Formats: sequence, structure tokens, C-alpha cells
Amino acid sequence: MTAKRSTLKRKHLLGMAELSRTDITQILETAASIREINYRDIKKVPTLRGKTIINLFFENSTRTRTSFELAGKRMSADVVNISVASSSVAKGETLIDTMITLQAMNPDVVVVRHAEPGVHALLARHVDTAVVNAGDGGHEHPTQSLLDMLTIEDNLHRLNRKNFEGLVVAICGDVLHSRVARSNAIGLRTMGAQVRLVGPPTLMPRFAEEALGAPVFYDLDEGLAGAQVVMVLRLQLERMHAAFIPSVREYFKFWGLSRRRLACAAPGALVMHPGPVNRGVEISSELTDDPERTVILDQVANGLAIRMAVLYRLCSGRVVVEKEQMTTDATLKGEGP
Amino acid sequence: MDAMTQLHEEIVMTADAVRQAVDRLAQHIQADVTQPQNWVVIGIRRGGAVVARLLRDRLTQLRGITLPIGYLDITFYRDDLDTVGPNPLVGATDLAMDIDDKHIILVDDVLFTGRTIRAALNALFDFGRPEGVSLAILVDRGHRQLPIQPDYVAETLETQRRESIKLVEKGTGEFVVVRRLRA
Repeated sequence: MTAKRSTLKRKHLLGMAELSRTDITQILETAASIREINYRDIKKVPTLRGKTIINLFFENSTRTRTSFELAGKRMSADVVNISVASSSVAKGETLIDTMITLQAMNPDVVVVRHAEPGVHALLARHVDTAVVNAGDGGHEHPTQSLLDMLTIEDNLHRLNRKNFEGLVVAICGDVLHSRVARSNAIGLRTMGAQVRLVGPPTLMPRFAEEALGAPVFYDLDEGLAGAQVVMVLRLQLERMHAAFIPSVREYFKFWGLSRRRLACAAPGALVMHPGPVNRGVEISSELTDDPERTVILDQVANGLAIRMAVLYRLCSGRVVVEKEQMTTDATLKGEGP
Repeated sequence: MDAMTQLHEEIVMTADAVRQAVDRLAQHIQADVTQPQNWVVIGIRRGGAVVARLLRDRLTQLRGITLPIGYLDITFYRDDLDTVGPNPLVGATDLAMDIDDKHIILVDDVLFTGRTIRAALNALFDFGRPEGVSLAILVDRGHRQLPIQPDYVAETLETQRRESIKLVEKGTGEFVVVRRLRA
């Protein structure tokens, strides 16, 4: 076994910023091998038998929570879902107390979604349990970025590419509120892609170019020119507490992706969307349903494989904690078990 | 691979010896194949996949029939999740054929503790209910920890527990068996 050195010594997945190119490549490879399990008649392997995974979601989520839940169950882990409305958080418990309480029941992984950026890093400092970031406000959503990269990788042949090096990816729309945009900009750049951020000034974070190392375009057609992958972001109306856009109809007129606008991008460009889709707002209904160009459902399918790969990675191997330093006790194996 | 483990490396089966061993396996197996339409060759990744492919090719030459071939990766069925290391490599399982009521020739390069075979049998039964399974092994190196015995063995080798015996590629398409002393 060729054990490549990995920077992921700590058993958490907090964000794309902490993953090296080797880490990302390994996760994508594992997920690509895992995928086949989801198409068997018996969609279950015994890998995580006896492991406990807690999904702790402080924000609403259907696809991500279901995806993590199925990922755990298909690998035979026991999965518990905690939604905040029914939890003791509603009774005034602090976040860290909630986490310490859950840890006392000795779970192996806690998957957390929270509206506050950086919550996971805080939790990871307070507990030994592996923490997975399933979205923290406008900060990061690493598994979404990984599933997007797996989907791009599947389509590289279509784009006449062997790898991510030099691939032009336009991330378009509400960049300001989007953790998906942030994680993807970071992760794709780690893999060598050229990332562009495209959107109206009101929905573009300040210093985006400096912080993410990606050029900013304030015109959709210009931003799309030559792009091989177009990631359309959801207009996050629920996070908008000020007048960011004049109206939804005007937004579509200037920023909505349609077949006509897509003609500015490279021929055969791939269209992606993290979902849920606002049809007729950030993307036309017609383009959403075009299987030749749009890979939204492949993204969902790949999300399951990515989460299985991430849970597997976090549950395998023994982590030895020595004072401040965490090292991994990896035995170099000969010929398997 | 560590520099430490490469220091004590010795070839115990040359490419020719491997070819002859595969040939012996094929000769033994083909005598038992009465209904070839029911037989399927399945190799365990990664070494077993190579042996399975060589074996299938040899059986094709001997009998003029091409048996279907599949590959199993047993990583997700291992019993040592806690010791596999932080970033285990996983190969793809590729079983395109229906294995219900088929006779499976399960192929691996080296038989050691028997745990890989236990995992492979579990994996196999998640895909269907074969009529029977025979185990074909290139090298039996002993030290079994489970009650598992091969049906076809090409070579047996006296080994120390802490040695590693592996099928490795030397040059394109040439495979040798090496013995390494684990540091």
C-alpha cells in the first residue's frame, strides 16, 4: 500500500481550506469507488457497523441531512438526527453544553449545520468526537464542494481535460451569502482550476478577489466568456435582510442563466447548481431540465458517495492524542487483513 | 513504500514461475469445469485481480471458452477498520454479471490469515446467491487464523509471520512474487 502523506491528521472535516490536493484527490477516489454500492440491490456494506453518527442540524435542510443519514446507514452506522426545534437548545442550553452532552454518549462522528460561521472550529476544540461541517453560515460547506468536484471530474472527458489544472470555472450569482461559492473557490483553486466569481456588486463580498484569489466579474456575459463549468448559486432570499436586488424578475433578466446566456460560455460547458433551485430566478426552468447541459441530479447522487467517503475516512484509523499534538497510528499493512 | 521495508526484498517467484503456477491452477480447475456456462471468475483486488485475469486467459486457451470475469474490492468488508490507516486506498468493485446460481472461482494471489477471504465471501453474498464458491490461490503462505482452506493452490511457501509476501508488477505485464521483511 502506498501511503501518501496527508495533511488531514486531525479527525475533523471543517472546511476546504484545510485540505491539501492529496486529501481532495483521495476523497474523490474513495467516493468514486464507493458509488457502486448505491446501485446494488442490497445497498449496504458492513464497514461502519457499531459506529454512531449524530446529525445535529440548527438550520433547515432536506438534501444534506438525508444525504448524510443515508450515507451513514448504507455503511451500517447507527444514525441519529437531532433537529433543533425539538432539542434542549430550545430550552436555553448553550451550544458547547449540547455538544459535550452528546459526546458523553460517545458518538464517533457529529455532523453539524449551523448559521454561525466558524462554529465547527469552536466545537472541534471542545470535543474529541470527529466533527463534520455540513454548512456554517456563509463560511464553508466542504462536502458540497467535494461532490461538485466529483461531478466535474466525471465530466472532464467531455470538456477535453485530464484534470482540474487550468479548468475555467465561473461561480455565478449570490456569492455574498454562499458558503458553497467559498468552499468551491478554495477547493477548486487547490486543485489548480481558474475560478471566477460573477455577480452583482450588492451580492459580492468585499475583498472577494483578495480573500479567495479569484477574479470578480460584475457582468454575467463577461464572466461566462470561455467558462467550461458554470456554477449557478441559489439566490438566498431567506438570508436577505436588506435590499440587495431590486426585484426577482429583474435579477433573472440580468443574472439568470438561460440557454441564450450560456452561449457566452465555452461550447459544451457544464451547468451546476447546489440546489434547491429557484426556477426562473437564477436559472431558467428550461435549462434546469436539460440533461445535456445540467448535472444537478448527478450532483445529488455524488453527494451521497462523497459523504460515505468522508464518514469512512473519519471513522477509519486510530487517532492518538498526545498533549497538543495529534498523530495518527497508521500501520503499514502488507497484504490486507 | 518505506525505505525500511524495501531493504530486505527478495524475489521468491520469478515471472516465469508465476506463469507456470497460473498454468497449474488452470489445469486443475479446467478438469472440474463440466458446465462452463455456469462458471464465473472473480479476482480480489489488487493482487487477486491480476491472477484472475491471467487465469481466465489461460482457461480460454485451454478450453476455447471465455468465462465472465469480475473484481471485488473488500475494503468495506474488512474487520480492522481501526488499523487501516487514515487514508485507505479503495479500488472499485466491478461485478457486471448476475452471480445467482453461478459457480464462482474466487481468486487471490496470496492466502495468509484467511481474513481477506472471509471479507470477500461476505462481499460476494451481497451481490447474490451463488450455487458454489471455489477458492483458487497462487501462493499459500500459511499462518491461517480462520477455518478457510483453498480448493486450488499453485504454490506453498514457508514464511515467517512478520514477513510480507506480495505479487508485484516488474516491467509491463510481468508479475513476480516478492518476500519482504517488515521492519
